[in-house]
Amino acid sequence: MEYEIKPRTKLTLGLAELWLYRELFYFFTWRDIKVKYKQTVLGFLWAILQPLLMTLLFTFSLGRIISENSTLNMPYPLFAMSGLVVWNIFSSGLANAGNSMVNNANIIKKIYFPRLIIPISAVLTSLFDFLMAFIIFIGMLFFYQTKVSIPHFILFIPLSLFVTCIATFGIGSWLAALNIKYRDFRYVIPFMIQGLLFLTPVIYPLSLINNVSLKYLLAINPMYAGVEFFRYGITMQHFDNQLIIISVTSAIFFFVVGLFYFRKTESYFADLA
Amino acid sequence: MKPILEIQHISKKFRIRHEKQPYLSIRDSFSSLFKPSNNSTEDFYALQDISFNVNQGDTIGIVGKNGAGKSTLLKILSKITPPTSGKIICRGRIASLLEVGTGFHPELSGRENIFLNGSILGMKRSEIVKNFDAIVDFAGVERFIDTPLKHYSSGMQLRLAFAVAAFLENEILIIDEVLAVGDSEFQEKCIGKMEDVSKSGRTLLFVSHNMGAVKTLCNKGVLINEGKLVLHDTMNAVAMKYITNSSHRNNEFIIDYHKHRNGIGYATKVSVEDIEGNTIQVISIGQAWQIRVNFTINEQIPHFIIGIGFLTSESIPFRTSWSVPQVILPGNYEAIFKETKIHYGSGKYFIHVGLSSREQTFNYIQDDISIDFDDYVDKSIAPRSNGLILNQMESEIKKL
Repeated sequence: MEYEIKPRTKLTLGLAELWLYRELFYFFTWRDIKVKYKQTVLGFLWAILQPLLMTLLFTFSLGRIISENSTLNMPYPLFAMSGLVVWNIFSSGLANAGNSMVNNANIIKKIYFPRLIIPISAVLTSLFDFLMAFIIFIGMLFFYQTKVSIPHFILFIPLSLFVTCIATFGIGSWLAALNIKYRDFRYVIPFMIQGLLFLTPVIYPLSLINNVSLKYLLAINPMYAGVEFFRYGITMQHFDNQLIIISVTSAIFFFVVGLFYFRKTESYFADLA
Repeated sequence: MKPILEIQHISKKFRIRHEKQPYLSIRDSFSSLFKPSNNSTEDFYALQDISFNVNQGDTIGIVGKNGAGKSTLLKILSKITPPTSGKIICRGRIASLLEVGTGFHPELSGRENIFLNGSILGMKRSEIVKNFDAIVDFAGVERFIDTPLKHYSSGMQLRLAFAVAAFLENEILIIDEVLAVGDSEFQEKCIGKMEDVSKSGRTLLFVSHNMGAVKTLCNKGVLINEGKLVLHDTMNAVAMKYITNSSHRNNEFIIDYHKHRNGIGYATKVSVEDIEGNTIQVISIGQAWQIRVNFTINEQIPHFIIGIGFLTSESIPFRTSWSVPQVILPGNYEAIFKETKIHYGSGKYFIHVGLSSREQTFNYIQDDISIDFDDYVDKSIAPRSNGLILNQMESEIKKL
């Protein structure tokens, strides 16, 4: 085996190297999950309780108003929960990934491994929380006796997860790289997540909005597609193709830009951290 | 056979920002857009044109003063930071131990941390499973293996960390000052393990200030000074050069007394001398020596004491010595502390100086004042000795 260490000249994805270090994905994700629920009484239950409590909160506060003013083809609690389980991948994934490089600065300063593993593992960690909550969500489907088309379910739930994950990873790794250079982003991230919750049809349906240009503006948000695909997989509630295309394009855009920016700057992380 | 590492013209440039901000903020970037900075950055070469080859099975000691660029070189070799120019050709897997226990998490148990740390160091899961019992055994933490790491004593954490690293099977091992921590028993264990590693035909790059350790462990050495390669030769030659090189600084430590200045008095100079009063850098073991402190007193002090303290290179207090209390009048003085009886073990010791009036120390110097003892031992004085004090105790054997 012979290789060279030299100044980076061309930008590659480094997939071969990622494969070589594939076990680290597992260990970092496993560490983050373990640490997250260490010394808690309820442990993994928190992964379920968080979206469940949020659903309750939104059902009692907004449920009536929204149900009366729009046509939902599922009960509001199910509607809110379906939005929230996907949204939580994005929100916790973004928060974890965005801070991941700074939080792991002591490791990246002392040892080499492909840096991408850290933000990817952060997204995988939030995917784990999703799986826990998803079990409850399926329980809710039975509880409300929702009729689900299995082919749609099998096709669109993974599609929703895919779009959500590439968007989360893209924005997350971009923020992670920016965060290590400009610590301002540490303060931007929570604010951004809170703001985006209201710009995504998580707790309200897009049909509530009448202004067409506002709809297009909202569709730039990559999570629009994530949430809509997920709901389509449950109820086949019609979505606007044009808006979905904009949103998916936006997700791909963030994925490419985030990945590119991260790879471009990663070799200097150790000097900056 | 081709060398296992070819280091070719490696340079590393850092840009120093003079505002001394550890990190940037966006506001700074924006404001510098509008107002071109008046040259607030400066280029600094941490390494300049370093080239040398490492053959398989070599154990190389990298020595140099603090800030010489040793750690930067190790970071480039470990791929943590890229070189600005030049390249390194590697013909083997490199494992770097720039710190023991990288990635240890206090909330995780010992078992979990072994897996986490091992995989961060580049071990395969199967390798860790295979060596798991041996690692736990080497660290001696069987009873606590499922206890969270935060409840471990620092010594146990250290042993566990080193145990994981000891089972790395990479062809090239890079080790930085790992031995600077831990008690002497642990350090000996580390050295022993590293000797095993080098005997097994693997390649070792080792940075340390501990000349004794480097000399026992390494067959070749590299001396770096101010980012440049000074010498690449046998370890003994490099160690010799390092010791004589640092003596250019000579052994008179002029104290920047403005920093310590106060009304009552302050030390101005500390020098390490032989018994005739010539300044010397390295003291051979067995040789008598003295420390001369020059100081200025501005006020009459009824109960004046001057004291000096010695610390080992690990900053462990080793010895203190005080003058007899006396009345002192304003003026310039010198104090001489002679040592003719006790022989210190080889290595570097730091010296602190304190001037006191009654119990109150009014001037305390803990700058980088140091004294070096060579490892040449006059066998008639200290036969087969080792440790910090080489003098023999009185001993006798009686038949019962």
